[in-house]
Order: sequence, then structure tokens, then C-alpha cells
Amino acid sequence: MAKRFNIRMAGVGGQGVVTGSHILSTAVIHAGGESTIVPFYGSEKRMAPVESYVRVSDEPIYEIGEITFPHIIIIFHPQVITHGKSYTMPFYFGLKEDGIALINNDGPMNLHKDQARELEERRAKLYYFPATKISLEVAGMDLATNMALMGCIGAITGLTSVEALEQAVKDRFLGKGFVVSGGTAALDSVVERKFKKKQELIDKNVAVIQAGWNYAVDHGWAAPSVKRSEAPATVGA
Amino acid sequence: MSETEVKANPQSEPSTSVAAPKVESRRDPHADAKKQRIVTPEYMFQEAPRTKEFITGSEAAKEAIRRSNVDLAIAYPITPQSETMQLVGVLYGEGYVKEYYRGEEEVGVMAAIAGGSRAGVRCFTATAGPGTLRGLEGIASWPGHRLPAVAMFTCRVVNAPLAIQPDNIEVAYLLNCGMIVFHAENQQDMFDFLMAGFIISEKNDVTLPVGVCCDGFFVTHARGYVRMQDRAIKLPPRDAWRGAVPVLDAENPPARLSRDAPVQKSNFMAYNIHAVWQQEVWAAVERSRKYINQYMGGMLTAENVDDAEAVIIASGSAAAQSREAVRICKEKGIKIGLIKIRSLRPFPTEELRKLCGKAKLIVVPEFNYVGWLAKEVATAIYGYSHAKIIGGPRVYGGQSMPVELIVDEVESGLTGKKSTNVPMSSILGGAVNQDDVAHFMRSI
Repeated sequence: MAKRFNIRMAGVGGQGVVTGSHILSTAVIHAGGESTIVPFYGSEKRMAPVESYVRVSDEPIYEIGEITFPHIIIIFHPQVITHGKSYTMPFYFGLKEDGIALINNDGPMNLHKDQARELEERRAKLYYFPATKISLEVAGMDLATNMALMGCIGAITGLTSVEALEQAVKDRFLGKGFVVSGGTAALDSVVERKFKKKQELIDKNVAVIQAGWNYAVDHGWAAPSVKRSEAPATVGA
Repeated sequence: MSETEVKANPQSEPSTSVAAPKVESRRDPHADAKKQRIVTPEYMFQEAPRTKEFITGSEAAKEAIRRSNVDLAIAYPITPQSETMQLVGVLYGEGYVKEYYRGEEEVGVMAAIAGGSRAGVRCFTATAGPGTLRGLEGIASWPGHRLPAVAMFTCRVVNAPLAIQPDNIEVAYLLNCGMIVFHAENQQDMFDFLMAGFIISEKNDVTLPVGVCCDGFFVTHARGYVRMQDRAIKLPPRDAWRGAVPVLDAENPPARLSRDAPVQKSNFMAYNIHAVWQQEVWAAVERSRKYINQYMGGMLTAENVDDAEAVIIASGSAAAQSREAVRICKEKGIKIGLIKIRSLRPFPTEELRKLCGKAKLIVVPEFNYVGWLAKEVATAIYGYSHAKIIGGPRVYGGQSMPVELIVDEVESGLTGKKSTNVPMSSILGGAVNQDDVAHFMRSI
């Protein structure tokens, strides 16, 4: 049977939800799989809701459009749940039975009792993952939150590798071929100036990806074949 | 580091970069186009080696036009639109298209396409959504004037309130014009159907316009794999002097046509001439079948239909969604087949009658409210199949169709469970309870 995950990512403007989905998608393709993405957002501004839909598989993907019934949902920001900053309400709407909710938060959240019950009824696996905390610890900034989440989900799906994710990050910051919006291009410039050198930027992002990956393995969330990533980031631009 | 370099997009993406273009040596911008070699349609479609690229549907359309020896392309940038005509403008700059301009609006564009085609040149235009309907007066007159041309229709909703995502209600309006209508599932179909369209359109016993429809945005704005022939080869030019209808020139002036126009005389002969004319248009649609089979490999594709208890029949993006539904159904152990309709006009009636004889259930998912494909299917197989036909699920107004909705219809259709998504009036054939349908009809 084909390995197939339809992933709905929900976050807020500025977190790199769309960028993260591009990187995961590219990394799965680098690892020999198939992937498509559909971004979905309104006005481009910080803290406004953003969704992105990523399909990953080891077989061809024909389906198009938004994902209504995901296997996995990734919540980039607790406000998606607490403030309803999402195009999809409640945040787990349409989550398939035995699906996974990967939530960026330092420890379990106090969900409304109805929501907790509905999640339990569909046997959802709730993975609380401190992505922002890991980003701050490893890279000294919160902007790599999306990278931590992509490392984590890469291990959970087992359809890519840290090396392929690293290659995707390089493609994103050094390569060509991505069509980005003006807002994202401006943000890229800010991030670049902050780090002075792209190399440093890539190294830190890859280190965060690796930390996210290993967090998933250590907590038993990863796909059966997935191992810890021990090798230091071997980036050479 | 210079100022321009600092401002440049870090990815060096040309569309967002502000870096000044590099000045190249004076090279003829038409050099590559001039070197293009003409090959036969048979070689182009069946033998020429292809390489795979990951491009948008609009780019696929551009690449099809590059290889199609197009003389005249006319654009109007309606919103919503696809990038297609803008990219064809780039081809004009490179010399692959001989003439190109922007019309004042779609009425003018479609009229000018008629003029170009009547003058004997190969014409192309693309429009979308409301632009299609604005141009429809002209489009509906093309078949009667026996004008070979290819038009790309990006379906993006035409009914109020405005939306820009795909809803292929437009196709319903195009089906009865007398033109040939194809429906592309993906970027590859868009590439193949456009190129084959020119050749089929210009066959002497066809001499009709071809419309290539796709569900906009999902196809035009998204990327997919497209296998393409080398860009150094192109189709033969239109050979209008051998055409079934004389081209307009000084010896065949336009005045001749209007002087003899039958509609201006209200008498028996006038009606008769018009009637015969229409019959001949639809007879030409029928005659195009053999060319569609020859150049496109069939009016439909069928997968696993022979021993299937349920068959999904779909066209356009609904076919893409159905492929995934088939995968899920197979995992659940359901014997299921998929028929993708490529050509809506002519419609593959005979083919469907043969394929659907044994099926117990037919599900027709669509990206529009009215269900034009379900009606076509039901009409085609009436009396030839005992299958229960579920005209749905349907999404409209730009929604994506969840694959799970199609799977639900297959499962409920096979078990007899009542559908939650498809009204009883859209369930046809088979052992349908007429009382259920009557109730629905009374309540509307």
C-alpha cells in the first residue's frame, strides 16, 4: 500500500508556513518521493492566518486543491487554536481517524472539553512539540520554528531525510525556480542581513531541522524505518 | 556589491528581481524560431522523443503554441485570466508566432480570430471565465462560418457572485456551439490537446474551431510534469489554399458572403439553407472522431473497467480527483474502474455504451452545479446499461472536491445507503425509487 500523507499546515503570517511547506515538499522529491503543495492565505501580514496544504507520497499524486480531510495537521502557533487564527475551525476539522496533530507548544495545551472529546473520538494523536523553543535554543532566533516542524514531520512521515531537507533548504536560499511573493522576498532580505552570510543561515536552519528530526525519533513519533540523525550538518555552498 | 545586487531577490528569481538585465551581444532574437524544422503531425504526436519538465499549465500551453506554427494570436487580459496569452506574447517576441496583438475586449478578439481564420492563417486565443461568455457571440458563429482555429478556455466561474477558482460551468455553454470541445485533466493534456487541436481543426472534412477547456487555476497556475517534444520542431503550417472553404482575398471578397447570406431572406429556401448548414456543422463534428482517435489516442481513456462493479466517469480536474478515489476504493477492496472523457464534442457515445454495459454503478463527479457531464453520460448510455447513475458529487463556486466525497458516493451507491451529498433527482437509471425522485421534484 502506498505511503500517503495529506498534511494541512496552519500558522500565522511571518512564521514561514508556506516556506516550510515548500521545503518539505522539495525534500520529499529529493528523497525520491512525490509531493504537491497548495498555499492558501489572505492579505500578507504578520500574525494573520495562513494555511498551506502539502501532499507527500511514494506514488504519483493526481489530486488537486485544498485538503479537507488531512491525515496530519501541523499547528505552527498556539494562537491558531486559542484565538481561532485559521481558515479551518476548529483546528482539527476533517482530521482523519487515527490522524496526527503536531502542535507547536511547550507541553500539552488545555483544550476545550468538547474539542478534547472530539479529538479522542477520532483517536487523534496529539504531538506537542516545542518548535519555537528548539529554534531559539539551536539557532538563537524564533524564525526557524518552521524548520523545526519540518524536521519533525520529515521523521514522522519517513518519506524524506535530513540530507534531503538540507538540500531543499539550499535550493530555497541559494537556488532558483521558486516563485515567491513580494512580502516573502522582503523577509528573506531581512533574514539575510541579520545573518550576513547565507552559509550561516543555512547551517543554523539545518541544525534546527536535525534537532526537530531527532526530537521526533526520541519521542517515538517517527516512522518505523527512521533513525536519529547524528552527522553534523555538512553544508558546502 | 552594487546597489542593484543588494536589492535583488536572493533566489535570483527574474519575476521579482530588480537587477538590471545583462546586455547581450546583438543576437537575432528570432534565431531559434527561424531554425525550427517542420515535421509531420504523425511524427510530432507519435514518434518524436520527449523530455519531461515540471511546468504550469500556462507554460504548457505556451510550449504547445511554440511547436504549432501559429500565425496569429490575439490576447485580451480579462480577469480572471491565465498567463497563457502573456507567455504567447513572449513567443511573438522570439519569432515563434508571426503576429500578435491585444484586442479591445473579447467581442473584438473573437471577431478578429474569425477574420484571421477566414484569411487563411492559423489562429489561437485564450480566455477565461467571464471573458469566455463575453466572446461567446463570436465563438458560437465560428462553426457556422467553418473557421478552423484553436481557443483555450480556462474555466473560472461565470455566475455571480464573482469567484476566481475553477468551476467549469462555462463548458455547458460551449457544448452546443457546434465547435469541437476537449477537456484537459492536467498540464500534459493541455499541451497535447492544443497541438492536436490545430491539426484536427484544419482537416478538410472537419474545418471547425476547437476549444480546449481546463479547470483554471488547478491546471493553469499549478505545476505538473509535461513530456514535450524538442522545441526545434514544429507542425506543418496551415495549408489554407487546399481548405474546404475558400480563403478570403481579392477574388473571394467578404462582400460575396454577405450578399448571399440566406438569413436575410425570410422564405422557405432561406430556412432550408440554414438548416442544412447546421446539419453540416454537426456532421463535421461527427467526422472529427477518426482524427481524435488518430492524433489523441482516443476520445476517452478507460482503466480497469472490464470487471469493475463501479465505474467513475469524469473529465477535467474531476478526473484527477477520481484517480485518487480509485486508489482509496481499491485499498478498501472495491472493484472499481475509471473512464476519463477527453472529448466532450464529439461525445464518445459508442465507446461508453460498450464500456458501461456491465457496470452496476456509475458515479459522475463534477466541478459545477448543473451536472452537464452526468446528463451527457446518462443520455449516451440510455437503454444500453442498467447501472445506477449517481450525478455527483458536485462542487461549485471554486471549491476543491475532496476525494473522500467521491469514495462516499461509490460506497453508498454500492450498498444502497442514501447519499448525503447528491440529491435524489440527480440519481438516474438502475433501481431508483421513483417516489423518492418525485418527492424531490415536488419540493423544488
